[in-house]
Parts: sequence; C-alpha cells; structure tokens
Amino acid sequence: MSKSGIIHFFLFFVYAIAQVLLLKNLVLFNTAFCFLYVVFILLLPVETNNLLLMLAGFLLGFTIDIFYDSLGLHAMALVVVAYLRNYWLGVITPQGGYDSGLPPTLASNGLQWFLIYAIPLLFVHHFVLFFTEAAGFSRFGFTLLKVVMSLLFTLSVVLILQYFSLERRR
Amino acid sequence: MERLFKFVYKYRAFFTFLLLELFCAWLVVENNQYQSTRYFNSSNQIAANIISTSQSIKEYFSLRDINTQLANENASLRKKLDDRNQVIEEIGLSQLKNVAIVNRFEYISAKVINNSTSQYKNFITINKGIDSGLQPGMAVISVQGAIGKVKSVSSHHSVLISLLNIDDQVSSKIKRTGHFGTVQWDGTDPRVIDLRYIPRHVSPLVGDTIVTSGYNAVFPEGILIGIIKEVKLSEESPFHQIKVELSQDFGKLAFVEVVKSNLKAEQDSVEVITKGIQK
Repeated sequence: MSKSGIIHFFLFFVYAIAQVLLLKNLVLFNTAFCFLYVVFILLLPVETNNLLLMLAGFLLGFTIDIFYDSLGLHAMALVVVAYLRNYWLGVITPQGGYDSGLPPTLASNGLQWFLIYAIPLLFVHHFVLFFTEAAGFSRFGFTLLKVVMSLLFTLSVVLILQYFSLERRR
Repeated sequence: MERLFKFVYKYRAFFTFLLLELFCAWLVVENNQYQSTRYFNSSNQIAANIISTSQSIKEYFSLRDINTQLANENASLRKKLDDRNQVIEEIGLSQLKNVAIVNRFEYISAKVINNSTSQYKNFITINKGIDSGLQPGMAVISVQGAIGKVKSVSSHHSVLISLLNIDDQVSSKIKRTGHFGTVQWDGTDPRVIDLRYIPRHVSPLVGDTIVTSGYNAVFPEGILIGIIKEVKLSEESPFHQIKVELSQDFGKLAFVEVVKSNLKAEQDSVEVITKGIQK
C-alpha cells in the first residue's frame, strides 16, 4: 500500500468517527444536517479507480448506517456519489488537467472549480438520502427543504475545513 | 459468450454500481420490517460500546436535569403509593383477588445511550437487552409518557422505534370522551404528533389529554401521550385532523422503562383464535 493509501485508510476512520460521535448530534433548525463524510469520497486522488471508489463508498456508508440505525440508506447515497464522481471530474477538467496523484482540493484547483465540483455531488447525495428515507415523494416540500438546508450546512463546513488545510500547506 | 463477457467487463463500473445499489435497496427494505433481531445496528457490541462511552461523557452536562427529573418521579410515585394504600385500607381489601391481572406488567429501567429526533425514522438505543429479559415488541415508557417499542435486541443493548418514526402507529384514545384513534408522526416537528381516525361526530377540544388505549396489549392502558394543541375539520374529510403536543420532550430522554407485558401472549392468542373463527 502506498503512503497516500495508508493516509486515506486512516482518514476513513476519522470521517466515520467524526460523523457518528460529533456531527450526528449537530442538527440545525431540525432540518440542516452535516454529512461531512461525503468529502472522504470527493477528496480521494483523481485517478482512483471507479470500482475502488464505490467499494470505499459502500463501506463508509455502511459504517455510518450502523450508528444511524438506517441500514443501507447512507451506503446507497454514497455509492451513487462514488459512481458519478469520476465522470463529473472528467466533465469539468480544468485547463491543463489535474495534478496527478493529488486529491481534487480547493487548494489545487481554486474556489470556483471546487464549488462546481462539490455542489452537484453533495446535492445528489442529500437528494438520494432524504428521499429514500422519506420512502417516496409524499413529503416533497419538507424533504426538499432538508436537502437544501443540509447542502448549505455541509458545504459551509467543507469550505471552512478546506481553507484550514490551505493555510497549513502554505 | 465471449462477447457477453467483454460487454460486462467493458461496463464493469456500471454493473458494480447496479449490484451495490440493489444490495443497498434490499437492506433498506429489509430494515423497514418492524421487528427483527439484527446484528448491523447500533445495538451490536462494538457500536453500542462506542456510543455508550460518548454518552457517558455527554451525561455530565445534563446531570442536574436528570436529577431533578428523578427526584420528581420519586415524589409522585410516593404520593401514588400513599393514595393507593389509603384506598386499600378504606375498602378493607387485605388480599387482592387475581394476581395475574395485578402483575400484568413488569417494568425494567434502562438508560438511553443514543437518540435522534430529526430524521424521518428515529430510533433510540438503550443499555438493556436479552440479558434483562427484553424482547422485540415490548413497549417503552418514561415518567412523562409513551416512548416507543423495542425493535431489535442484542445481549446487552436494544434499539427502539421512537414514537417519532413515520412508520410507527400507536392505538390511543381521548381520555375525556373515550374515543379511539391512532397517533402517528408526520416527520416534521419533533414536539408534535398527529392523532388520526377520530370521526366527525366526536368533538375533541384543545387541551384534551391523549393516552394509550391498551387495545394492542403492547402499551398498558392510560399512558400519557400528549395534549391536543390544534383541531381542524375540513368539509369533505371523514376524520378530524388533530395535532397533539407530546408530553415527553424526545430531545431530553435520559431514563426510560421497558414494559414487560406478562399477559400479552395470552391476549394475542385469544385474538388470533377469534379471528380464525370469524373466517
């Protein structure tokens, strides 16, 4: 296993523990959730194999599910994100391509690119998650409100963390 | 055949995706089944231990509240006991007639170690399991009212379906008029629950008390659920739309009691037999 592989192996547990012990209790206005663990999939190195991504997504989602008592729910949403990620990365390749072997971060590609990268994937994740949980579209309005509020909340936390790691790298 | 393999190999990402998603969908559906003894939920040993540790740290911050609550409960129980003793003395009842009826329900105290109120399907994890005699299907109450039912158990922990779960329905009645209905959460406000199937001719009032009906033998009769907050009756609807303010604040659960109903099997079997005869 390469050095980056080992780091990501540890990050897996860091994200899982942060999610189930800390962020699970952090719900604003009863609608805004912070699903920071999605970032684990978003920030794996650019060339990561699609199959590996989905497997990692499934395992992380499954771990989260055990603590949320919602077996299959988070796994399902995260596998969708893991599947779409590489295609989306291909679509929005910046001029000059990506730095090889590095994760697609805000530091390497800029704020505008990062927003275009993260927002649709986070939206898809939240959309799948909340509408599967609601088991259909019968509570459409409130569920959509949850999706949007959680998107804003998660995105803010992600950006703050990205800026922190930016400072550290300089 | 070779072309088929090549085809599958070429689109392997998509097929893996499909496979994983189907597996997840199966898990989701399977997990929605009401009762189960499952391994992969927060009652399994590793998960429960992690949550317990986290909860025991959090507990320090609410010790004052919990203490007051327990003291209040003690006081009210003592008062009830005195009342009961006086009544028994007045009637001169030295020996109660039917022990089976008197001992219908046993109560097992448990601590809440995991709880949520903001999802559509909320579950609560408690620190008692098979070892303490818990089984799926038992009712769980607190001093302030009904909490939910046991969904799955492991040896030392169990997962409860909270009243705040859009799939959970509890048979209940308006205490003042005695009419039966069903309470079910609509998934939005964790302080408010819906009371359904109260017919038009009944006139429920704001402030009426809602209690469990005891019809399903899960909950003892007369456990407080809440107080009517809002009553609406639209022209075409056959039922009232009633909002009930829950007496128990689910955000502040600390200790609960699991109700072990000793006569449940008997009541259920009698009901099943009767239904069989009707067919």
